[in-house]
Amino acid sequence: MSQQAAFSQKTFNSQLKKYYSFYTGGFIAFLIALAIAEQMGLPRAYIGYTFLAATILLYAGIGIMSRTSEVSEFYVAGRRVPAFFNGMATGSDWMSAASFIGMAGGLYLQGYDGLAFIMGWTGGYVLVALFLAPYLRKFGQFTIPDFLGARFEGHIPRFVGILCAVLVSFVYVVAQIYGVGLITARLTGLEFEVGVFVGLAGILVCSFLGGMKAVTWTQVAQYIILIIAYMIPVVMLSVKHTGIPVPQLVYGTVLEKVTAAEKKITDDPAEKEVRKMFADRAAAANAGLKDPKAAWEAGQTALTSKLQELKTASAPAEQVAAAEKALADYPKTMEDATKKWNADKGLAARANPPRPHATPFPGKDEKARNIARNNFLALIFCLMIGTAALPHILMRYYTTPSVREARKSVFWSLFFIFLLYFTAPALAVLVKFEIYTQLVGDKIADLPAWVAAWSNVDKSLLNIIDINRDGILQLAELTIGQDIVVLATPEIAGLPYVVSGLVAAGGLAAALSTADGLLLTIANALSHDLYYSIIDPTASAKRRITISKVLLLVVAILAAWVAAQKAADILFLVSAAFSLAAASFFPALVLGIFWKRANKWGATLGMLSGVGVTFYYMATTQPWLRGVFGVTSPIADNLWFSISPISAGVFGVPVAFAVTIIVSLLTKAPGEKTQELVEHVRYPHIKGDTAVTETR
Amino acid sequence: MQVSAQHQAYWNKTLRMTAILLAIWFVFTFVIGFFAIPLSGIVIFGWPLSFYMGAQGSLIVYLLVIWYYQHYMNRLDEEYGVAEGEDA
Repeated sequence: MSQQAAFSQKTFNSQLKKYYSFYTGGFIAFLIALAIAEQMGLPRAYIGYTFLAATILLYAGIGIMSRTSEVSEFYVAGRRVPAFFNGMATGSDWMSAASFIGMAGGLYLQGYDGLAFIMGWTGGYVLVALFLAPYLRKFGQFTIPDFLGARFEGHIPRFVGILCAVLVSFVYVVAQIYGVGLITARLTGLEFEVGVFVGLAGILVCSFLGGMKAVTWTQVAQYIILIIAYMIPVVMLSVKHTGIPVPQLVYGTVLEKVTAAEKKITDDPAEKEVRKMFADRAAAANAGLKDPKAAWEAGQTALTSKLQELKTASAPAEQVAAAEKALADYPKTMEDATKKWNADKGLAARANPPRPHATPFPGKDEKARNIARNNFLALIFCLMIGTAALPHILMRYYTTPSVREARKSVFWSLFFIFLLYFTAPALAVLVKFEIYTQLVGDKIADLPAWVAAWSNVDKSLLNIIDINRDGILQLAELTIGQDIVVLATPEIAGLPYVVSGLVAAGGLAAALSTADGLLLTIANALSHDLYYSIIDPTASAKRRITISKVLLLVVAILAAWVAAQKAADILFLVSAAFSLAAASFFPALVLGIFWKRANKWGATLGMLSGVGVTFYYMATTQPWLRGVFGVTSPIADNLWFSISPISAGVFGVPVAFAVTIIVSLLTKAPGEKTQELVEHVRYPHIKGDTAVTETR
Repeated sequence: MQVSAQHQAYWNKTLRMTAILLAIWFVFTFVIGFFAIPLSGIVIFGWPLSFYMGAQGSLIVYLLVIWYYQHYMNRLDEEYGVAEGEDA
């Protein structure tokens, strides 16, 4: 493909359309063939292996076909990715394992309040469109630190940019590789650690050989797989419950039925009994934990004397047997009892009636509702600003042929993201309807097969305790993990196993595509910005690319190693990445474009103070980070306006803006050349352009 | 580089459109979110209004905002003679 110049952009565009239509058709044919093979008796494990092998080989194939060692191909895919395809690539770059597998489940558990993620992760693109994409495209370099270095005159802002980009992207890539490991393990039954390294191979062949070029064309292919995989089960579930294959249009009526079912469950006597039993157990646990020794002894004495009493009164044999069993089941030591009480304490959560799905901010009083609302808005703020500041996303807008295409491309990006994001809330409601009306109230022995199957796979995904021993499922007796919503949908909708395999392949595509983009961002920040721009500006193109490839390998292995530790709170770290990105890049980039007076020291100190405040807030209020930093003061004393640590950026962003503005005004205005650069990025074409764009 | 009065006018128009669209974004994000409790009293086709907006309505508005911005700006480029050459 190196005689690219020979093609005009138009021919290239129509060829791409032809290739990808052909590819989509081929993929559907592959699905149908597998479905037929399943009907003819192909075992499930083989379907899993086929999906894993076929998709990874496909991505590797695209990687090999797009291999390159040209600088502009490697860093920005030759800047000829049409808006439509850049939109698809951004879509899969953006949608991670968490979006694909976890989001609908999060909405299931949190109802309205979970919509913060839906709005936050789409509305951020408005900011990308209005403030960043066209201007960064006009600037036309390779990375985000490139812009900071050029606009803010020097290595210091560039270096701070590199640090922030690497920090944010690394945290995020660890979570993706973790997701790859989980999905591979489920799809094939391989060990988690093996899964991590299989996935890693899939990521590396692609980005290693062809950089941004290979990553772009693979991401387009991955988007097609992930959107097909997401839609098929939801559409079928919608047909099952409403008879109409467009869930997004019709789930309003299902939502009404869910609300009615919630009322019924809240008032149902058996449900009330179960909730009270959980509440009693939790209360007993709390009482026991106050003075474990006395409580444990008292409990044992009570049971022993009761047994004695029954025996002396010659009570019926079954009563004696029951009392004997109760004594036998009683914790043998005080330590065992404490362990049990600590576990039981958590049961308090199951003593609550179902959370009303459609009601915003349910809370016991006005104050609780206001706090919930403020946190909802703060989270949206951080997710949106963070979206408009993630380097791996912004980098994608360097790859379009022109400013005009960059603007269009933001529209296509959001369009392709929207397809999945407006489906997820529908899926959550449909699954909730199924569980509230079809499962709850049934005999536990008669539940559909998928319930037992998933609770065997992992108790944290689905678990049933028949606490009142009536043999009937009460909602309070069922706990589910958020991933189950997407994973079990094919079975709930009664679809063949091949669709379950497809869903897993879709999750894999989502995780791999995001990981690819992130790894490339880190490797580019280190090879292009740190090595080439700061350390050795005379390095040859070949050397830069080689260094980038070596770094890719090192960073990927490091990330896989961290992921394999299964570190706690990976999910928190991902959300934290948004707040950190928001507070570091957004103010510097936007002020850099819209305010000529913004200068080196303003931007540098602004980024540092933004990240500093955000990080300080997290470190003093987030349990895991508090542990790491040894913070012991009560959380409540450290909270500002009751905002949770996940939204720390709500303080960091304004601080970063304020510091950038104040320090810029107190120090010297940027030089004439820099002011010209600002003019340069504002107009798509201007006479005497300080042309920095090398390759079209 | 020559920044003429025409360029200045182009930039002013750009800023104005950016501000207008940003205001729309703000209303459909934060104002709607702030009044979510009262708005959930209105029900359309089964959805309480605030739920519908959060799950679908605001997303559609975001799409329209971005579509209109690229449409408006690409035309403004032509009008003020700052458009790039043939490329796509």
